Amino acid sequence: MGTYIVKRLGQALLVIWLAYTAVFIAVQSLPNDPVTIFLSTDSAADPATIAQMKAYYGYDQPLFVQYFSQLLGLLRGDLGYSLSNGSEVATRIGEVAGSTLILAGSAFVLSVVFALIIASAASLARGGKLRKALLNLPPLMVSIPVFWLGLLLLQLLAVQLGVMSLFPDGSFMSLAVPIFVLAVHLSAPIAQVLIKSVQEVNRQPFIEVLRAKGASEAWIFYRHTLKNAAPAALSIAGITIGALLAGSVITETVFSRAGLGQLILQSVTAQDIPLVQGLVLLTAVVFTAVNLLVDLIHPQLDPRIVTSTSGATRSLVA
Amino acid sequence: MSLITEHVGSVDTADQPLASTKTATKIGNPAARWFAAWWVLIPLAVFVAWAFLPSLFTGHDPITGVPADKLLAPSAEHLFGTDHLGRDIYSRVVYGTRQTLLTAGLACLVGSVVGSILGLLAGTAGRFADTVAMRFVDIVLAVPAFLIALILVTATEPGPLSLGLGVGIASIAVFARLVRTEVLRVRSRDFVQAALMSGGKYFTVLRRHIIPHIVGPVLSLLAVDLGAAILAISGLGFLGFGSPPPTPEWGLLISEGRQYLSVAWWLTTLPGLVIVSAVMLTAVLGRAINKAFRF
Repeated sequence: MGTYIVKRLGQALLVIWLAYTAVFIAVQSLPNDPVTIFLSTDSAADPATIAQMKAYYGYDQPLFVQYFSQLLGLLRGDLGYSLSNGSEVATRIGEVAGSTLILAGSAFVLSVVFALIIASAASLARGGKLRKALLNLPPLMVSIPVFWLGLLLLQLLAVQLGVMSLFPDGSFMSLAVPIFVLAVHLSAPIAQVLIKSVQEVNRQPFIEVLRAKGASEAWIFYRHTLKNAAPAALSIAGITIGALLAGSVITETVFSRAGLGQLILQSVTAQDIPLVQGLVLLTAVVFTAVNLLVDLIHPQLDPRIVTSTSGATRSLVA
Repeated sequence: MSLITEHVGSVDTADQPLASTKTATKIGNPAARWFAAWWVLIPLAVFVAWAFLPSLFTGHDPITGVPADKLLAPSAEHLFGTDHLGRDIYSRVVYGTRQTLLTAGLACLVGSVVGSILGLLAGTAGRFADTVAMRFVDIVLAVPAFLIALILVTATEPGPLSLGLGVGIASIAVFARLVRTEVLRVRSRDFVQAALMSGGKYFTVLRRHIIPHIVGPVLSLLAVDLGAAILAISGLGFLGFGSPPPTPEWGLLISEGRQYLSVAWWLTTLPGLVIVSAVMLTAVLGRAINKAFRF
């Protein structure tokens, strides 16, 4: 178990470092440096100003120095300076991260709840038609664009029924509706994987034994099937963090909420590369951290993972 | 060894109920059976026809509207209504299909080709290749698809090429993982071991024994990925990172309609329904392929 944790931790750090390097290389391989790109739309900028700004932000230094000074900065939580208003990237992100965190966090929790409800209803439903409808719900939910569902609900609730305002006013609805929209989008893949893995577990002989012993379907489902099916759903829940971010950006745009989404859009439109770089790194760190957490919870749910992974890969490679 | 037999045993029992339901549904003539499995190709063919021959499906111009006809509700003349410039929304959706499908197709091409090669390498070329390829996949996974596309769009011009490339790079990871898993599953089977032991060369075994077994899942994922790409691209188009405004594109159409939310529900609702149905159809196609390739 100890080696497993150390190994996963090392892998997570490696992935973050590689992601940093990949982003650095990507920025360097652009036809121009960030300052020139940023000022390319500004006709007042002459070469002297550009050179001065490059020196100020450190883009005139050798690549090697830039790479390590930025890496050191990253370790200290310093992501450099935003080109569009000169403040620290970390500060600009910190200003708006809270709002997004509330939206994304609540949507994530709600999506897990939705997925659990759909999967248990689909597994326990008696009627064939109802079951089929429930099984088709996740593929439908995954096909609905977040922005469209958001606009549809705005249309219905704000314009037709008038129970919420078109713009965020701090009321319950103006927070609940975006959370709901995001959760519907997120819960689909989790529900899909959960249903699939429930079906797989149901095929195993021990379920038959339980049924033969007289356990009720609900007892089997909650006490045995769900427990065995949880690890797969947990992994997919970790992977949805990326979709969560993209979904948050779009939801925030639809509902005109301030947050990371707005910052990302601003930074892309202004071609503020240090800010984009910082946002990408932040996402990579969050994603890796969440998945590390998932990997660490995994063996608690299914102890076979720690013991079997090494053995399984060995036999397959050999 | 007991593990393998147990595994094979569980697969057999798992397939039995499926096989029985399959025979139960096998009634009717071959044409009806074909239709039951592949009906999804017909609406998808309509979308492809929209993309290639839009003028066959609509008589209205997608770019220049009739100002007198602005913001008309859906009718027989204007199926999806008209926008603030009097442009027919249905014809804008039809003409926008090309843009959306081409960008999504580019994304799928990039994702499936690069992803499959990586997956094959990871699954067959030894442990080192496996580690390198899978770490690469981890990095791609760690940066959300959405941000990969955004980085490309920031650095270059917003447009279909950078958008398709960005969404494509993001989907490399899924293909690589799927192909690797499938390869590992197939290569532990006895017939692959037998082919290798009787002196089969690496590429011969790969081509004759491994690839035919993974084509089904890859094609199936390709269909599903096309839908996901359509979703991602319309989302980015909605945010304004696709083609610039006069061009009709599904996501952009909805974003333009957003300003008229309170007066014209059809501007956002109807193009959105088209996106939902296109994505759902690709998912159904993916399932059909999966069924057809199950041995």
